[in-house]
Amino acid sequence: MASSVSLSEPIHHVALSLADQLPILQIIIPFITAPLIVFLGVRQLAWPLAFLASVLCVVTSSLLLKQVIDGSEISYQLGGWAPPLGIEYRVDAVNAFVLLLISGIASVVLFWARLGLKAEVPERSHALFYALFLLCLTGLMGVVITGDAFNVFVFLEISSLSTYVLIAQGCHQDKRAFTASYNYLIMGTIGATFFVIGIGFLYMATGTLNMADLADRIALQHDNRTIQAAFAFIVVGMGLKAAIYPLHLWMPNAYTFAPSPVVAFLSGTATKMALYVLLRFMFTVFQPAFLEEVPLIEAIILPFAIVAMFASSISAFAQRDLKRMLAHSSVAQLGYMMLGIGLFSHTGLTATVIHLFNHGITKAALFLGVGCYVFVVGGASYEKLKGLGKTMPWTSAAMVIAGLSLIGVPGTAGFVSKWILVQAAFEQGWWIFAFLIVLSSILAVAYVWRMIEALYLASAAEGAMSQEVPFSMLLPLWALALSTLYFGLVTDITLGAAKAAASGLMSGSSGMF
Amino acid sequence: MVEFFTSDFVLGRLNYWFFIFLMMTGLYIVIARSNLVKKIVGLNIFQTSVFMLYISIGKVSGGTAPIFPIDMNIDPNVVYSNPLPHVLILTAIVVGIATTSLGLALMVRIRESYHTIEEHEIAEQEQEIMRKELGLAKEGEV
Repeated sequence: MASSVSLSEPIHHVALSLADQLPILQIIIPFITAPLIVFLGVRQLAWPLAFLASVLCVVTSSLLLKQVIDGSEISYQLGGWAPPLGIEYRVDAVNAFVLLLISGIASVVLFWARLGLKAEVPERSHALFYALFLLCLTGLMGVVITGDAFNVFVFLEISSLSTYVLIAQGCHQDKRAFTASYNYLIMGTIGATFFVIGIGFLYMATGTLNMADLADRIALQHDNRTIQAAFAFIVVGMGLKAAIYPLHLWMPNAYTFAPSPVVAFLSGTATKMALYVLLRFMFTVFQPAFLEEVPLIEAIILPFAIVAMFASSISAFAQRDLKRMLAHSSVAQLGYMMLGIGLFSHTGLTATVIHLFNHGITKAALFLGVGCYVFVVGGASYEKLKGLGKTMPWTSAAMVIAGLSLIGVPGTAGFVSKWILVQAAFEQGWWIFAFLIVLSSILAVAYVWRMIEALYLASAAEGAMSQEVPFSMLLPLWALALSTLYFGLVTDITLGAAKAAASGLMSGSSGMF
Repeated sequence: MVEFFTSDFVLGRLNYWFFIFLMMTGLYIVIARSNLVKKIVGLNIFQTSVFMLYISIGKVSGGTAPIFPIDMNIDPNVVYSNPLPHVLILTAIVVGIATTSLGLALMVRIRESYHTIEEHEIAEQEQEIMRKELGLAKEGEV
């Protein structure tokens, strides 16, 4: 096959060093480790291997970030096939930053899972669990790093298929995990298939799958019906995956019944990754100029974002279970991110990107905390949480910090993103949106208060025995909780990256993000 | 009326009409049926319709199979069909199989723990569980 190319241009064989292979190593490491864990079949080796792989991913993504932090781009050609035809991996500053976030959260969650997983999944399935966890990580990283539209679909399905199984692992706690996983499978597959139909239409109209190439060719034919249909299919498909209101129906159940480390990982990365793909397609493949022509922003995104902020916050308040409450609140928080997109300005997109990051670490911390409670008392209903503020002081303190960040109290990461969102609303002169953001934050106060009330103000049930979780479970929880404080006070890194990302998006630069 | 059906819009794009018909059939089954097996079958039809779409895209009118002669003396007058959509859809078929098998596996476990694969019966059982949970919570408050 290679000879057909060699007719036009000779192939140069250049020896590549390991540093040149970093973009692919990022994918290969977890992808190879996953089957290795299964084939070795040694239960004691499963966790160390998985953790090692995730740490190696952190190392490679930091090395990548170091290479591109000055604004340069890496274009990695798979198998040496040049981009428009071959598959290209493209890394730039923001892209590498997201990779670091995903691998970082994966490492933290895996560190927690060494002890924490035992309470929720029996030890005989641990090896398979870690293998699937790594496959999910592979898929997520692949989606972020690739510059090829069809490749996005392939990696998306790698991560989704492993996610379905990971969610079903909650069956050891509650059989409803099966139906939650089944419903997610149906909805997720419909979403992914919509996405493929969209890609198919794009290929029909443009004859290319490379994202940068797509952007150039779409710019010439905005009024093409095929392109417009492709846009609709892609937005709805990714909306299903990202659980954007009203396509979120799979999410509360899936998050409630999945094992806590899985939820901590997914809430921090998976829906965020889907939103990232949505942003990338909306702004770098279809370009802002196209968005101005279709009535998506005012007619669909803005109204549903507002409805999500209120309806989901109210249903979060009505829950009697901490895990379920957090799941509903995730849908509400996605509403803020959609509102940022809906404001359609540089500041609005900055708010979306920074909230993507801040909410990711906040929710990961909260769900790890839930995992700690499940570890000790076997459940996370408010009934069971009563009085745990006294017996589990460290876990509960971290939960309160993360809870404050969820509300958006000044000094926490959640405040930074909401502040920028309010600024964006004022910038457009839509003070009513700013008012609504504040109003829905009050609802957040109400539902977080229910957690604090159960933890600190209610007295423990008679004869309840509970004690603090081991240090190795507290460490990752506190690392995340303190990072929400850190990113609330020191905003150089996150705000800088978010601003760079937003200006890239608004200018519709063909560079990724 | 007959002219409409023999027009290029219908006959000339028959593949795409089949694609739309199959896609809608599949999606309808997924939404309307309460039997979990039937839902999976619907999902399968839905996915298969997309394969048809892609393979139709690859057709170049007058094109032959995209295989170069072994001596690589390529005649520029020969038109080849586009092989890329076929390759893409090969991947999508694999994904479809994985999804179907996973869905069926989940269904087996659902049947083992709920003793039914009818969605409304499962929903009833889950509401029962929910009611019990709420009941317990109320007793605890007193």
